[in-house]
Amino acid sequence: MKEKTYQPGSYPDLPPPPGTVGIYGWIRNNLFSSISNSLLTIISVILLYYLIDGIIGWFLFDAVYDAESKIECRKIDSGACWAVITKRVGQFVYGFYPEAERWRIDISFLTMFIAFAPLLYPDIPKRKWLLWFSLIYPFFAYILIMGGYFGIQRIEYSLFGGFMLTVILGVSGIVCSLPIGILLALGRQSKLTVIRTISICFIEFMRGVPLITLLFVASSMLNYFMPPGTNFSILVRVIIMFTFFSAAYIAEVIRGGIQAIPKGQYEAADALGMSYWQKTRFITLPQALKISIPGIMNTFIGLYKDTTLVVVIGLLDPLGIGRAALADTKWNGLSTETYLFVALFFFVSCFAMSRYSLWLENKLNTDQK
Amino acid sequence: MVINKNKSTKPVIQIKEMHKWFGNFHVLKNISLDVNQGERIVICGPSGSGKSTLIRCINRLEVHQQGDIIVNNVELTGDLKNLEAIRSDVGMVFQSFNLFPHLTVLENCTLAPIWVKKLPKKDAEELAMELLTRVKIPEQALKYPGQLSGGQQQRVAIARSLCMQPKIMLFDEPTSALDPEMIKEVLDTMIELAETGMTMLVVTHEMGFAKKVADSVIFMDEGEIIEQNDPKNFFNNPKNDRTKLFLSQILNH
Repeated sequence: MKEKTYQPGSYPDLPPPPGTVGIYGWIRNNLFSSISNSLLTIISVILLYYLIDGIIGWFLFDAVYDAESKIECRKIDSGACWAVITKRVGQFVYGFYPEAERWRIDISFLTMFIAFAPLLYPDIPKRKWLLWFSLIYPFFAYILIMGGYFGIQRIEYSLFGGFMLTVILGVSGIVCSLPIGILLALGRQSKLTVIRTISICFIEFMRGVPLITLLFVASSMLNYFMPPGTNFSILVRVIIMFTFFSAAYIAEVIRGGIQAIPKGQYEAADALGMSYWQKTRFITLPQALKISIPGIMNTFIGLYKDTTLVVVIGLLDPLGIGRAALADTKWNGLSTETYLFVALFFFVSCFAMSRYSLWLENKLNTDQK
Repeated sequence: MVINKNKSTKPVIQIKEMHKWFGNFHVLKNISLDVNQGERIVICGPSGSGKSTLIRCINRLEVHQQGDIIVNNVELTGDLKNLEAIRSDVGMVFQSFNLFPHLTVLENCTLAPIWVKKLPKKDAEELAMELLTRVKIPEQALKYPGQLSGGQQQRVAIARSLCMQPKIMLFDEPTSALDPEMIKEVLDTMIELAETGMTMLVVTHEMGFAKKVADSVIFMDEGEIIEQNDPKNFFNNPKNDRTKLFLSQILNH
């Protein structure tokens, strides 16, 4: 076919050749670009079919949701025995929190989303009012969950457990460690020797010690260091340790972000007559935090999953509850189901955090919008 | 040549026998310079001659070790109060623009007036829009710097400095990072600024700008002021051999 001729300067924008764009183009480029690639695609599809067929069958269609024991489960069907979960779902969620008082946990959990919404989504309507709620939420949740005030029945820490414990530890740790991490990162860059030295010592010590050691210290030794008469509950001590541990990591992540900011940014701010705190608030932190989002989220997810370590000091997180369930002779040997369930819970939480951080990164990307 | 009628003779910048070292390297040697209100000075010279360092000393982005710098009757010392007073009177435009990428053009312009000068937000925004109009990009006010061309970014940077209503403007090679077709729009903005009677110190290689706008041209080499003269004599009748060599290198291409 002969190429059509155009006057110079009047060549039009032509559509791309057929089969190079769109779904058809994608499939051809990615799945069937050569003979070997096509073979691989076909074999993979067949393998996936058998795998998924078996897995879905075990998970859903052949699974048993209601039974009194493992033996009964096996009599009914060949798939997963989810009865071990459904019979104890209350324990998995609330630990040994008294059944009649569990509404308090439900309310605290649901209102938590309202408290977080204005912090996580800056464009939300009525943000200023919601922020006031975010501010009082910690006290509100503390009173509601712990009780002991306003005639609400006091519940002992030792009854806390399950996913509720994970969320309390994880969320408190995450919320407290970010500001401390920011201060440590700034402290480490400070021109004041005392502040810099303290920050460096704290960060290096916390990073240099295994978390599990810190948890043992929290459970057994911390009371020796406290003035006599103070008696922090084990839960508070554990939260402090989680907070310090991840604050040290976050400080280093943010320091990386601060150092990635070009020198010209500070010079421009200096030339405009801005003070140190103005520079920090308006120039350094917004840019450093944006750069550090993936690293900060990494640390948060790590912290959240590390809350399972509290099982070694006798707190009943979901893994502890699971072990208790498996110790029951009726459910002996159902570890696959139990641990998969716990894993699913963690996966859902962590995946949500990961998606949020991706969303935030895109939102803050001002380079080419 | 632009003629400025309200030129007074009171120096707004006085530099007396000023020296600066980077480590052992003697980068500025015995610099003495007076700049009068409304005067426009172009500083040129080969790279590494200390011209950028000199103007960066004037708002203390670089610290001099010997001699005096007096800006607006305030001596530059380690005193933070003096420093903040001087910095809000002295605007600076950088080679690499240094706009804040996480803020819109308008926010770039209003940040310092609101927080440093404590201007009400509404007044700051009005002032910013007025100055953005003056640099001919009011329609870009809500965009982010990353969405603008280099020339537009540099004009925003000029507007941002002017929002602090400075008495003196420093330009550190404002067109060196720009594509050729964008140099003109920035130079035009600077020429218009000169016509308002602003005191300007400009480090640049744009000799056309110097001929058109400058009251005085300074040639620096190896940390010294080699020659200072009005543009006519400077370009037609340079006295020093190094000045002649430099001019022949940058004018014959």
